Amino acid sequence: MSEETMPISLTVNGENVSRNVPVRQHLVDFLRTELGLTGTHLGCEHGSCGACSLRVDGLLVRGCLMLAVQTDGGEVVTIEGLDATGEIADLQAAFVERNALQCGFCTPGMLMAAAELMRAGGRKTRAEIRTHLAGNFCRCTGYHAIVDAVAVTLDRRANGGSNRV
Amino acid sequence: MKPAKFSYVRADGLAQVLELLRQNGAEAQILAGGQSLLPALNMRLAQPKLLIDINRLEELKGISFEAGQVRIGALARHVEVAASPIVCQHLPLIAQAMAHVAHLAVRNRGTFGGSIALADPAAELPACALALDARFVVASSDGRREITAADFFKGIQATARRPDELLIEALIPVRQGRTPVFLELARRHGDFAIAGLAFQLLLEDGVVADGRLVYFASEDRPTLALRTLAAIRGQRLGPATAEAAVAALAEDLAPIDNAQASAKMRLHLQSVLTRRALAEAQARSTEPTRRP
Repeated sequence: MSEETMPISLTVNGENVSRNVPVRQHLVDFLRTELGLTGTHLGCEHGSCGACSLRVDGLLVRGCLMLAVQTDGGEVVTIEGLDATGEIADLQAAFVERNALQCGFCTPGMLMAAAELMRAGGRKTRAEIRTHLAGNFCRCTGYHAIVDAVAVTLDRRANGGSNRV
Repeated sequence: MKPAKFSYVRADGLAQVLELLRQNGAEAQILAGGQSLLPALNMRLAQPKLLIDINRLEELKGISFEAGQVRIGALARHVEVAASPIVCQHLPLIAQAMAHVAHLAVRNRGTFGGSIALADPAAELPACALALDARFVVASSDGRREITAADFFKGIQATARRPDELLIEALIPVRQGRTPVFLELARRHGDFAIAGLAFQLLLEDGVVADGRLVYFASEDRPTLALRTLAAIRGQRLGPATAEAAVAALAEDLAPIDNAQASAKMRLHLQSVLTRRALAEAQARSTEPTRRP
């Protein structure tokens, strides 16, 4: 069987992109190998670890569980896009402040997932933060510092703090 | 790993999907939410010749209430089901269960129909569908038919749907005055359960008048526990009734043994959940009745 391809057009981090892609290529391989956007990490490649979390059409998804062809006509936002807009600059600073990363492999996915809590707004209990982040594995930190960083950022925003740093 | 090669069709009509299924049968796979299919493709556990993407089929979307029943389109995403006022009002059992279904990123893509059609024995929605006496509409190029939940689930990821048929929607009758209880145990929130139950109880002044007790993540499919129900029917909820249910449970359930949990452990956990569920039902039955 020959490699079947399909032309797709989408926006990635606000920029128009058109490519001819193998139909079996998942979204993360497309972003990393075709577009050089290596912030989205591939951990387990079967939807368990959350390292490949990103936004498609405004919704958090697992990048390894979508085919690139499925994003035709859609909008993809990766950690590079989220970083560039400054949407979670305060959360990123809090990750540094609280040592919420060690090896950093899970961090892009963790930030993408936590960004959804930031968008929802309001304070959250530590238990609620843990439940929300339960789909993202971290093998270094033991999660405590990650929950700290998310909690402190939600608190600062609830107290009127800006997401800018 | 990466998926093996396949052909891909982004379908834009139901007739097209049914024709492709008629031509390709079991060599084709339906791509809906993809939250179980993509892992299987990535690991090459599934190697279909053709992938039929149904995500743009409008007729499979939406949730509605009409003539005493709720219709949930096969493509309704878990997030839509969880946020649906119709589901919250008319199918509180499913509303309770949704809190346990996977993680946000998976709920944003995963579909109601996908969970039903995949029929994972540890999944929440097949158990709810059985407890609620749902019917599933499947279509092929020969026409449509309805299959009851009791007849639909045949084993581990095995159903009464033929390879040339597509799951269209679930039709769920709304029965007033039932007390729903949904409980499960998983190692991590959002993971597949290692024991779980979905109860729809009809309580009259604290007495179990009738109900449907379904256990999942135990056998190869959700189990309707008829002997357990018989043991508590006509009994007043309380510790003695809960023990009667637990004593009967082993007659209904012969749990599978696997790496996640032994059969003995699953039966024990289901007993624990049964006590908790009946206590919760009792607590709820003594609350003042709330009318919407």
